[in-house]
Order: sequence, then structure tokens, then C-alpha cells
Amino acid sequence: MSIAFDTIAFRAPKCDGCGECMKACSAVKQGASRISIVPGASAGAFEMALCRQCGDPKCVMVCPAGALTKNGASGVIDWSADKCVDCLLCTSGCAYGAISADPVGGRVIKCDQCGGDPACVSACPSGALEWGGAGSIYNRFGEMEDMFVPGLAGCQGCNSELIMRHVMRRVGRNSVLATPPGCIPGMGSVGYNGKTGTKVPVFHPLLTNTASMLAGIRRYYDKVGRKDIVVMALAGDGGTVDCGFHAVSGAAERGEKILYVCVDNEGYMNTGMQRSGATPYGSWTSTTPVGDKLKGKTQDAKNMPMIMVAHRAAYVATASTAYMEELYDKLDRAIEASFKGFSYLHIYSPCPTGWRVASNKVIEACRMSVESNFVTLWEYTPEAGLRFTRSPDRPIPVVDYARTIGKYRHLDADQLAHIQAKVDEQVALLKRLAGEVATAPAALAAAPARTSTPDGAATPPLRHETFRP
Amino acid sequence: MPEAKYLLVGSSHAGLEALRAIRRLDADGSMAMLTKDSQLPYSPTVLPYVMSGRSKPDAVILRDRAFFDETGCVYAPGQAAQSLDTKARLVTLADGVQWRYERLLIATGAAPAIPPIPGLQSVPFHVLRTLDDAVNLRTRMGLARRAVVLGAGLVGLHAAETLAEAGLAVSVIEMKNQVLPGYIDAKASERIEAAFASHGIKLLLGRTATQVAALDGGVSVTTDDGRAIEGDMLLVATGVKSCTEWLAGSGVEIDRGVLVDDRMRTSAADVWAAGDVAQGLDFASGERQVLGIIPTAVEQGRIAGFDMAGDAKQKPWAGGLPVNTYRFFGRPAVSVGQAAAEGDGFEVVEQEQPRKYRRIVLADNRLVGIITVDDPFDAGIMGELIRRRVDLGAMKDAFLADPTQVGRRLMSEMWR
Repeated sequence: MSIAFDTIAFRAPKCDGCGECMKACSAVKQGASRISIVPGASAGAFEMALCRQCGDPKCVMVCPAGALTKNGASGVIDWSADKCVDCLLCTSGCAYGAISADPVGGRVIKCDQCGGDPACVSACPSGALEWGGAGSIYNRFGEMEDMFVPGLAGCQGCNSELIMRHVMRRVGRNSVLATPPGCIPGMGSVGYNGKTGTKVPVFHPLLTNTASMLAGIRRYYDKVGRKDIVVMALAGDGGTVDCGFHAVSGAAERGEKILYVCVDNEGYMNTGMQRSGATPYGSWTSTTPVGDKLKGKTQDAKNMPMIMVAHRAAYVATASTAYMEELYDKLDRAIEASFKGFSYLHIYSPCPTGWRVASNKVIEACRMSVESNFVTLWEYTPEAGLRFTRSPDRPIPVVDYARTIGKYRHLDADQLAHIQAKVDEQVALLKRLAGEVATAPAALAAAPARTSTPDGAATPPLRHETFRP
Repeated sequence: MPEAKYLLVGSSHAGLEALRAIRRLDADGSMAMLTKDSQLPYSPTVLPYVMSGRSKPDAVILRDRAFFDETGCVYAPGQAAQSLDTKARLVTLADGVQWRYERLLIATGAAPAIPPIPGLQSVPFHVLRTLDDAVNLRTRMGLARRAVVLGAGLVGLHAAETLAEAGLAVSVIEMKNQVLPGYIDAKASERIEAAFASHGIKLLLGRTATQVAALDGGVSVTTDDGRAIEGDMLLVATGVKSCTEWLAGSGVEIDRGVLVDDRMRTSAADVWAAGDVAQGLDFASGERQVLGIIPTAVEQGRIAGFDMAGDAKQKPWAGGLPVNTYRFFGRPAVSVGQAAAEGDGFEVVEQEQPRKYRRIVLADNRLVGIITVDDPFDAGIMGELIRRRVDLGAMKDAFLADPTQVGRRLMSEMWR
């Protein structure tokens, strides 16, 4: 397996140009800063120049002195002070403005990532700079055993397959897995022709009783002294927030020691993209169609992880595959908590087929959903309360996210305003729960553009759903 | 008979980059790199620093043996190519050994161009193009008091500085009225000339050497104004010419260098050329020129390598851009693009300050060239702005005031 490397990521919308990163770099390196923040296109916008530690580094290839090398172990482009002849040719190879002459002394300077603990990232107060651990994660988990058969029949670009494989790599063989009806068994976790699709015991409960069955299995293992087994579910949002809700709620209320992972693709995607209780307002689904009368779903989604907080479960967290570092951190804590009580991990999972997202844009959709606060990343324990694991401050507008998702293509300005207001309301509520002072956002002062259940008397009667039993 | 699917003749920047490009597409195809040098690969550009003693000869190699083992490329030093038969696909070496190839890269670089000055061939003189040249010069300058340098290009000026720093009395004779002709404008030249003068180096600009004669183990160079310049050693640095002699009779089309198209293909089937030996597209003029700089060699090497390995998705090359980074007595002079351009269609902004000089050339509100002295900038970013023909629009004034900051902003926006 090849090695991957960690990098410094820049989130331009969060940068306020304070310059702390440059000060910190200068101080640590005793010279000019290796990172450069410059004014952007509009007032208050900023751009950055910093070494990308390219995999295909042109600075290295144009150096006549062999003074620059790509370090195969750290990924950093190393600079040798001894070999460098100060010719500056490397500066012609860099299109990022990331290797340049120090005004004092005149030698070239570039970022060396401070050996893996960059001073600029530690100094950044706005969260604009992040030390991305994706490379380490790849190295660490890439070596772990994949618990599924190679040929799962997910759609191209399926995020749920990614979640299944990553989660089970970390959980390992010492587990019993329940996969209730949905995409996960649909793509092959339960197997074919009498053989399972996993390397761990797997079963296929009803959509309604997953948490109940797991509770029984855990109790039996406890009884026979096998307290090391992770008893867990990989369930969809339908089986969690709708049909299986009572079982999940009951298990959480009783404090059953299980790990419940909800893979939320915002609908019953496996059976033909029907709406669920987790489907957001405005979404096109096959049961909330878009036509002359209806313009997608008319109700807001229920926030299942917040419902689990209300159960005071042992651990509750939300996660996204665009942020694998913290997904893995939360997974570690969720597994640990599952030996003490009900542990609930809610992973948002865009569905390329059902959401009408290009298969190569799924992770981008994940990222934008978080950057826009459409989904928020946080965790909760009864002891520590709720805390954001990723700041919801300075979000991008929800419309930027919605425009990338096909199932929202039809949304008009009123509907988008409603979604934005809903997002702001959720964040404000979470901030109060997190103990952060928050006033009600301005968007809520006015009534939402359209209530989630339109007033049937005011306009020609609308059917909220086209599907009737 | 030795043979290789990919035969690379030449071991400097173009050849090494082609090797890398080929291996990205073809991990296993047999490959060999032949070079007339006896050492592991090095860059001619580093040689002035070997001459000055700043770089040790054994510390300037660009790739070690292990690299060639890892990449599965046979490295054959001391193998000078003597002729090419494109029909039989054979390269014949000086010792008669023949290599058969499927695909050939000509990356034999350039060699010093020796001007036809009467008497020059009958006196001992130095050039600076190989590691051996650099080591010889270093030895010789330790024994000399006076040196004469023909040519005030990059090699000539570098060497003159090194000789002066070593305590020699140095005279530089240059045909043109400025130093670094073709790279920089007259005002930038003046600053460099002043620095050389203040270090006691005699720059004889606008002068032609008409006669060279031996003199007590040294030389005497007569100039066109009748003066005789004497030296214990003579360095000829009047430019280079592409190494194409070995291609005579091969049918490969040659002008000043090996003519190549926008994928570095020569006129012969399955033969590519890259680097200082190649005459390829010039970005600004749209004509084919020998650019003779490392960035172009690297670009051409990469394109040639990908094309040799059958990459069908390459975009045609937009052409090479002049890039020059030069230090004199520790001070930087950097230029990119048509930095010395003037006349119709060009908007030239010259910023002359006591401690630094900047000249920006725009055409149609787009950057086409920039040069600075004592004010280094992001040469790579300026190159991108020129290549992409970025319209500076309303940012023009801001750019002129601070090209580094605005350049970084523009590229950062572009990359996101």
C-alpha cells in the first residue's frame, strides 16, 4: 500500500485576515512567514499562499542543485540549506507562491509543516487553517482488514459503502452486526446463496426490531461472559427514524449496551427513493414529486440525533465522510461507549442515485452540507453535554449547497429561504444546548416563507403526499 | 545488442523528467539512459557554484544509483552517441556499440559555442559546461592572477564574479551594449554593471574580440578598438549551441536545434527531443526557438515522456516562457516573459527606486513580462498569469503596486 500524507487545509470563508498564522510562523522559523495571507476579491475575503507539498513537485524538478527533494516518509518537500545555491529557480516552478526568497538573508523559504504540528494551525483562531489527518487515517486504516466482500453492489459513488467499510474496519472481527432492510443489506452485507457478505456474524432483522434484537444479543453475550463483543447495527434512516423508531427509543431508554450507527441518506433509497422522516423539506422523492402542485416534501426532517440526546444516551454524535478524521475519533468513542450504554452515531450519507448527485461529487456534497450548516457536527455525552466538533460559525449560504444537489433543483426562493431559516434555527438551538450564547437568528424573526405544512384553506387544497395506502 | 523500449540520450533535466513521466504511465517498459558524462546526472546550471567552491562536485548529483534501480532504468554513463539510424532504430556510440530502441528521446543538451575569432583555437582556453570544466576552472583560477572572459551572459558573469571574488583581476568582453543580452532591459543591466564595476571587474561592453594570441602561458585578446587585454587564463562564454552533430544524416530535421512539434515529436517517427537540444514553440512569438532554460527543459521532457508512453490525453503545449533567475554578489535579478519588450502594443511600467528596480510589461491589460533587481517575486505565479493570459481588469493598479500580493491572490482564487 502506498503512503498518504497529512496536509494543511485552508477554509477561505472562515479566514478573517487576522494574521496570527503568519506571526506564529515567523516566530517559530525566526524569519519571514512561510504562509502568506493576502486580501481577496472583496472586502473581508482573504486568500492564502502556502506550500502544498505537491506529489508532482515542479520546484524539485527545476532545482539544478538537488537541494529540494520529496520526502518519501513525511511527504514534505525538504530543502537542503547546504546544497541550495540560492539561484531562485525553484520560485519559477511554483504556481502557488509557496517558495520564495526571504527578504532578510535572501535564501528561499518554504513550509516544512513543523514536523507534523504546524504552528500556523495552532495559532489560527477562526478555524480557517486545519491540520488534515486524512493521510494518517489512510495509512492507519488502510492496513486494517476489510470486513466486507469485495463486490458490494452499491451504486457508483455510494457513500454508504464507504461508511460500511470504514466503520467495520475499525470495529473489527469481534462483533455481531445487524443490517435491517435498506441499501446496506441490499448491496450485499447479508450475502447471497447462503453465504454472508461480511467476515463477521451478520443478520437481517425486520425494519422495526433491530434495536430490540441487538438488545437480546448483548444481554446473552453479557450472560455468558463475552463482554468484548461489539453488538451493533448499520441501519438506514428509514429503519431508525420511522419504522424502527420505537425499538431504538426503547433500547436507548433502557440503556442497552449497543452501538447503533444510522446511515442517513434522507429516504428509503433502496426501495425506490421514497420519503422518510429524515427527508428534508423541499426534497424531491418518488413520493414527494415535483409538478404543478407539489414542489417536493412539505415537512421538515426530524432531527434524530437530537432526539437521542433527549434520551440521554451514553453517547450521541453526528459525522460526515467529508471529515474522516473526526468520524474516526467519534467511532472510537462510540465503540467505547457501547460497552456502557446506548451509543448512537448518525452519519450523513448523500445518495448519488436518489439525490441526483454525480458520483464523483458525493464527498463534495458531504463537505458543503457541513460548511453550510445544513448538517452540523457535534457530540454529546450525559457527563459533558453537547459540544460542536466543528464550529458552525461563518457558514456558506445553504443555497450554495442546495444548488449542487439535483433533488433540490426545483426549489424556488421562498423554499430556499425556508430551508435557510430552518438551518439557522437548528444551529441556534444546538448552540443553546452547547452552552454557547446565541440570540435567535434574524431569519426567525420573520415567519418562514412557507410553513412546513401549508395552510390548506389559503390556497387550493394540496395533497401533502401523492401516495395513499 | 542492447535494446530498450525507451532510450533516453542525455541525463540532465529534460531526460530525467521524461523518465519520470514515462514511469507514471508505463511502470515496466524497458528503459535506458545514455550520457556522455562519466558522472551521475547533474545540471549545467549548478556548475558556476562548483567553480566557486560553494558546491562540492560530488554533492550536485540530481539522482543517485538507487533511483535508477528503483525506476528500472539502465543508467549508462560515459556513452557518447555518435550517430542515429532512424530506419533501423539504432543509436551508435563512440565505441561502436549499438543500442536498438522502440522510442528515442534526444536530450543531448547544448555545448559551448566557440566564436570564430582568429587565434582562439591555437591558445588554451576554458569553457564551463561540464563538471570536469568546472573542476578544471577551479584549479586553474587558483594559479592565475588575471582572467579574461568572453561574453557577459549568465555563465560569463557568474564566472567573472567567482574569479573576482577569488582575487583575480577580471575583464569581461561583450559584443552587445549591455550584460545578459536578451534576458534583461538596459536599466536592469546598468544596476548589474555598477555592481561589477564596484567589485573591480572591467566590463568592456559593445566590444568585439578580433584576435587572440598566446602570451607567456597566458593570452592576449585584442578588441575592435585596438586594445590588448591580457590574462593568465581565458574563459569563453559566448553562448551555447545545441548538440546535434551526431544526428547528421539521420533525417531528423534540424535548424538551430532539433525541430519539434507541440508534443516534442521530431520529423522522424518514434523520435522525440527535449531540452536545450530542442527547438520548440516559443510562447510569445509562436515560432520555434531554442530557449535553453531549465523550466522549459523540464516541461518539454515531461511532454515528451508522456507522449512516448502513449498518453492520448495531452493538451498541445502552449510554448516555452523565458525565465531567468540570477544572483550577482548576493543580489537577485529575476525576469519572466518578455521582460525587455518595448514599442507598439506594450505598456511598460518602470519603477526605479534607489534600492530596487522593477519593470512590468503589459499588453492588452495582461502581463507579458516582468523583471526586477533586488526585489525577488513569485516567478512561478507571474509565469502562470502570462501563460493563462489573465486579464488584470480593475486590479491593474493594485498589481503594479504589489505584484506579489495580487499575484498570490489571483492564483489562490484560481486553485480553489
